[in-house]
Amino acid sequence: MSSTQLAGPRLDTDVLRDLYAQMVLIREFETETERQYKLARIGGYCHLSSGQEAATVGVTHAMRDGDALITGYRCHGFALAHGTSAEAVMAELFGRVDGCARGRGGSMHLLDVDRNYLGGWGIVAGQLPIATGVALAYVRQGRSDAVVCELGDGATNMGAWHESLNLAALWHLPLVFVVLNNVYGMGTSVERASAEPDLHKRAAAFRMHGERVDGNDVEAVAEAAGRLLERAREERSPSVLEITTYRFRGHSVADPGTAYRTKDEVSERRAHDPLVSTRALLRERGVDEAELERVQEDAREAVKRAVEFAESSPQPGLDELALGAYAPGSGEQFERMRPGSPFDEVRMTFDQGLGR
Amino acid sequence: MSTATQTRDEQRDAGTDGGSETMTYREALRLALREELTRDSKVFLMGEEIGVFQGSYKVTAGLLDEFGPDRVRDTPISEEGFVGAAVGAAMMGERPVVEIMTINFLVVAMDQVINHAAKVRAMFGGKVGVPMVIRTPNGGGNQLTAQHSQSLEGWFAHVPGMKVVAPATPADAKALLKAAIRDDDPVLVVENLPIYKQRGEVPLDPEFVGDLGRAAVAREGSDITIVAHSFATVRALHVAEKLAAEHDVEAEVVDLRSLRPLDMETVAASVAKTNRAICVEEGWSTYGVTAELAARIQHACFDDLDAPVERVGSAEVPMPYAKNLEHEALPNEDRVERAVLHALDLDR
Repeated sequence: MSSTQLAGPRLDTDVLRDLYAQMVLIREFETETERQYKLARIGGYCHLSSGQEAATVGVTHAMRDGDALITGYRCHGFALAHGTSAEAVMAELFGRVDGCARGRGGSMHLLDVDRNYLGGWGIVAGQLPIATGVALAYVRQGRSDAVVCELGDGATNMGAWHESLNLAALWHLPLVFVVLNNVYGMGTSVERASAEPDLHKRAAAFRMHGERVDGNDVEAVAEAAGRLLERAREERSPSVLEITTYRFRGHSVADPGTAYRTKDEVSERRAHDPLVSTRALLRERGVDEAELERVQEDAREAVKRAVEFAESSPQPGLDELALGAYAPGSGEQFERMRPGSPFDEVRMTFDQGLGR
Repeated sequence: MSTATQTRDEQRDAGTDGGSETMTYREALRLALREELTRDSKVFLMGEEIGVFQGSYKVTAGLLDEFGPDRVRDTPISEEGFVGAAVGAAMMGERPVVEIMTINFLVVAMDQVINHAAKVRAMFGGKVGVPMVIRTPNGGGNQLTAQHSQSLEGWFAHVPGMKVVAPATPADAKALLKAAIRDDDPVLVVENLPIYKQRGEVPLDPEFVGDLGRAAVAREGSDITIVAHSFATVRALHVAEKLAAEHDVEAEVVDLRSLRPLDMETVAASVAKTNRAICVEEGWSTYGVTAELAARIQHACFDDLDAPVERVGSAEVPMPYAKNLEHEALPNEDRVERAVLHALDLDR
């Protein structure tokens, strides 16, 4: 796609440059993450979002202070775009105490409560009912904010999708379901998984507004997300925003991404790299090459600093093994459970943070 | 509210500032809901048929009229959806109380309970909690057959992050439901179909609130300890009276009331006194509540035991419909009595 084909209302050039900088940061971050994973400094499941940057950044740009963000597990980009520092995200991937989830979440469970980022969640579609409840709480609390619930195309085949859309429509909740349709749920294409592959059309089953936007066009994504969020806030009217996108890497770092798609397909998609098209757009609007190089260089530096920060952050103390398993004060409720406990259980939980 | 050595009567006496009244278990639950809805505007109810229909088992009868549709929210048949919505609302500081028609239907919402509600506080490093309550009845005995007669509370008590209580009396129903609503963690309150209509004295003091993790000695005795919860406690008390009358056996009945946290101190103190224990539950014993109890008792009371710990649960089959088969499958009083006599070596 050439830059002149990009549609939708224009953003100020300064804003667009900022969004581009976020996109570049995400790409650099994901590239480094894969490298660190291969060095075995990051463990667990690790899902990269390279290729999905415009879709991600367009959505978070449309959010306002007070809006809540809830996502699935492919969440590095969302955390970064929503304002969590690269240091805190990388430290989380390293399992360190300065990670944004104190080393308790890892790649799939990034979060940032202070910024209303209520988590990356690891069970497909599990975050949808929860987002519904957050929106319900907003209504009960008389807030005029909205909730963004991100999910992948695979999640639209779960029962939780149908139940949550029904509840959101029935209860007029201020909620936008943002479907990042990256064509594949693991290795199963939308065409092979969904009897209605035009995912946004499924909203109609709940008399809900649904629309589709090109996820390589950051301005179009920002416009659509902004409009639907406004509708959610002003009219308490939920909606579905399907964003077509593509992940350049495999499902996770363990998946080469070749069994279910051809090299030609991936090359063709890479030709529409949203970083390339957004960069071209900025050049067209008069941003000079040196400045764009600086954006690239800043992102590399930020990621380098993030790795250094993660390396120097300590592991969580063993004395917080049971931290947060139960609310403060619960320790007393469990005191009488000690007799006959499994071997070492008293030490591991009671002495290591239970009810703290 | 209570100490482990108090009997039920003493506890009742200790909590009667506002007087007391005889009422059914279901009325005691309703009173707890009404008091907590009145006390805290963050508390709201969600569930199927709790409003216009007045509650499948009438626990919430009248509350829609009293508190309106925002506080008493009817839901579609979407357990996964509205249990998850309760999790999300609780994360934002609300105090939802969800009614699930029977514990069998909670299986449909298992992902939200186990993978989400129980995990949030730890995953958020203690920054966000889930102060929600799920109320639901367990139990068989009404020919409801395989899909509607289960007692699955052990599944939930298995999971760190969850708290589970199972009151067996109207007074405990009120006290523990109120404690659950005021607690900052997800609490499953296991009610029971046959107990809903049972009557008992219930303190009217709105600050009569129970403690999670406290068992009660429901009947004192010196010959054997019967450990039970929920409807098994009712059965155990009947059996204890029969044993006293017919066999000169004085059984002590420990009503757990709370499964997680579990009050092993009270259980162990009782077994140290009686030297024998049988554990009874309405669910299946294999991997069940009684399995957990037996393991802990043998460890905590190794030197006190004069006989192996005995277990009585439901027959390990899907519940059949025919009345005689259902009766045989449940831990009926004959089976509990035979188990006690066996543990006392009196069955020969």
